[in-house]
Amino acid sequence: MAHVTSSRPDVYTPSGPSLEVTWGLIFLIPYIVVFALFVIYPIGYGVYLGADPAGYRHVFNDPIYYRTAVNTVVFLLLAVNLKMVLALALSGFFAMPHWWVRVLGVLFLLPWVIPHVPSIMSIRWMLNSEWGMINNILWDMFGVIGPAWLVDVKLAFGGVIAVHIWKYLPFWTMIFVTGRMAIAPAYYEAAAIDGAGGFAMFRYITWPMLRNLFITSMLLSIIWSLGDFNSVYLLTGGGPIDRTNTFATLGIRYSFQQGNFEAGVATVITALPFLVPLVVILIKRLNARVDH
Amino acid sequence: MGHKAIQYAQFALIAIVVMTWTLTPIYHLLVVSLTPVQDSFAGKLWPDRPTLDNYVTVLTQGDYYLTNFWRQMANSIFAAIMTCALVLFIAVLASYVIGRMRVRFGGVVSNLALLTYLIPAAFLAIPFYQVMGVYQLLDSIWAMILAVTTFTAPYAIWVLRQYGDSVPRELDEAAKIDGATPLQILYMVYIPLITPAMIAIGSFALLHAWNEYLYAFLLLNDETRMTVPIALGYYASDDDSPWPVVMAMGLIYSLPPALLYYSVRKYMASGLTSGGVKS
Repeated sequence: MAHVTSSRPDVYTPSGPSLEVTWGLIFLIPYIVVFALFVIYPIGYGVYLGADPAGYRHVFNDPIYYRTAVNTVVFLLLAVNLKMVLALALSGFFAMPHWWVRVLGVLFLLPWVIPHVPSIMSIRWMLNSEWGMINNILWDMFGVIGPAWLVDVKLAFGGVIAVHIWKYLPFWTMIFVTGRMAIAPAYYEAAAIDGAGGFAMFRYITWPMLRNLFITSMLLSIIWSLGDFNSVYLLTGGGPIDRTNTFATLGIRYSFQQGNFEAGVATVITALPFLVPLVVILIKRLNARVDH
Repeated sequence: MGHKAIQYAQFALIAIVVMTWTLTPIYHLLVVSLTPVQDSFAGKLWPDRPTLDNYVTVLTQGDYYLTNFWRQMANSIFAAIMTCALVLFIAVLASYVIGRMRVRFGGVVSNLALLTYLIPAAFLAIPFYQVMGVYQLLDSIWAMILAVTTFTAPYAIWVLRQYGDSVPRELDEAAKIDGATPLQILYMVYIPLITPAMIAIGSFALLHAWNEYLYAFLLLNDETRMTVPIALGYYASDDDSPWPVVMAMGLIYSLPPALLYYSVRKYMASGLTSGGVKS
């Protein structure tokens, strides 16, 4: 074979493009190895575990599963919407060019920077109904006996939502601040000359310019919030009596507390019909942003 | 005049509400950590007799759960540095191919990375654990390093690639005409140009590994092999634990990421966000 090839020198192309391709492949090896070993194989393993009907039988016969499905929907609706709208509003504040706003902006990011475990532990202790700081202050200042924050299911789940917002609001605010900074000041100056007020400026300049960023961020936030294990697990551990789980913690609970990996994977797989369309839309959106 | 004053009052009000919300849990962490252990249940706004004893207890490993504190600290440092190095190595190479070289498979790899970036990490944890068992890596710090690398590298590739788009390609072309190989262009042209974004993404990887809870919690069981957040989690979930000491440990562990963030803040803001969600 080699003989035949070498007898046709006219087909031989100089090393230009093929050198490029060779190096390209070499440079991609590290990522491809990581992707194959730690993404493809686990996904394959998950599909294998998820093929067992026993897992689905288990979860569909477990009332906690339905409770968790409702929780997850409530969590996404409340936590994500509140967080993103607040982030958009606060980004207007933190985009102001005052030195003191910049100082506050630095402090504002602390919840996002420091580790989950100490900060959420601190919140958990603060909410302790007997010894926590909140109920102590309520009693000392107003003579009110504070509620049992983490024992009452509704309040505990509200606490989970609050922790999530506390932790991630700074990050999204920073994203929108960057988005606002990219809007040319000339638009606002022109609008001001025309006598536009704050709301009109938002309605006709800020929002049209930020809409794309906002929608992309919203979709990303939904996906990541769906996987938010820490806000639930570290605050309530899914309790009281397993009433505050979301899919992120329930799958882990089935697998590692009950040793039922099939049920754990089944939980995750039942969320895929919701997750996959989001991922597809996002890949399109993110690619479109790169191309133009 | 009056209008200005009202506006400033509004800003001040927003600032007070937002800062109270943001800083209360952190302030509470500090207050409890300064409270003597016997006063743990006081729930005061400021301790009657503030003390640094709890910090001494942590730093001298003076409690049962703290026996391996420094060992765990070393694990955290090792995991953070190794994750950072691995993420940068993988992402610089991959982003160079995807963004700068004209090869067809670049787009495919880019989409695969994007896909990984969009999988909620908690959803892959169960099979990931099983697979780590197959690789005989359970209870090895490398299991956690590889897990964080897997989920951070795609984002790193994405950010570096976007950042790379903003630096002129003419330099690559000029170097190519001078006979430079892709490897030479990589370290003589590409890497110097994307250094600010590498600082941002390297810090991001450090923070991520330092703060990681779920994967470290699942993959590491041995007390001498776990990172600090996991030990802290166990310490805090024991009802008999002295909370002021737990909080002191948490505060000590929160300082390095806060310091790192503030020293590279400028790079992070431009590198991570304008690189675009992250957008």
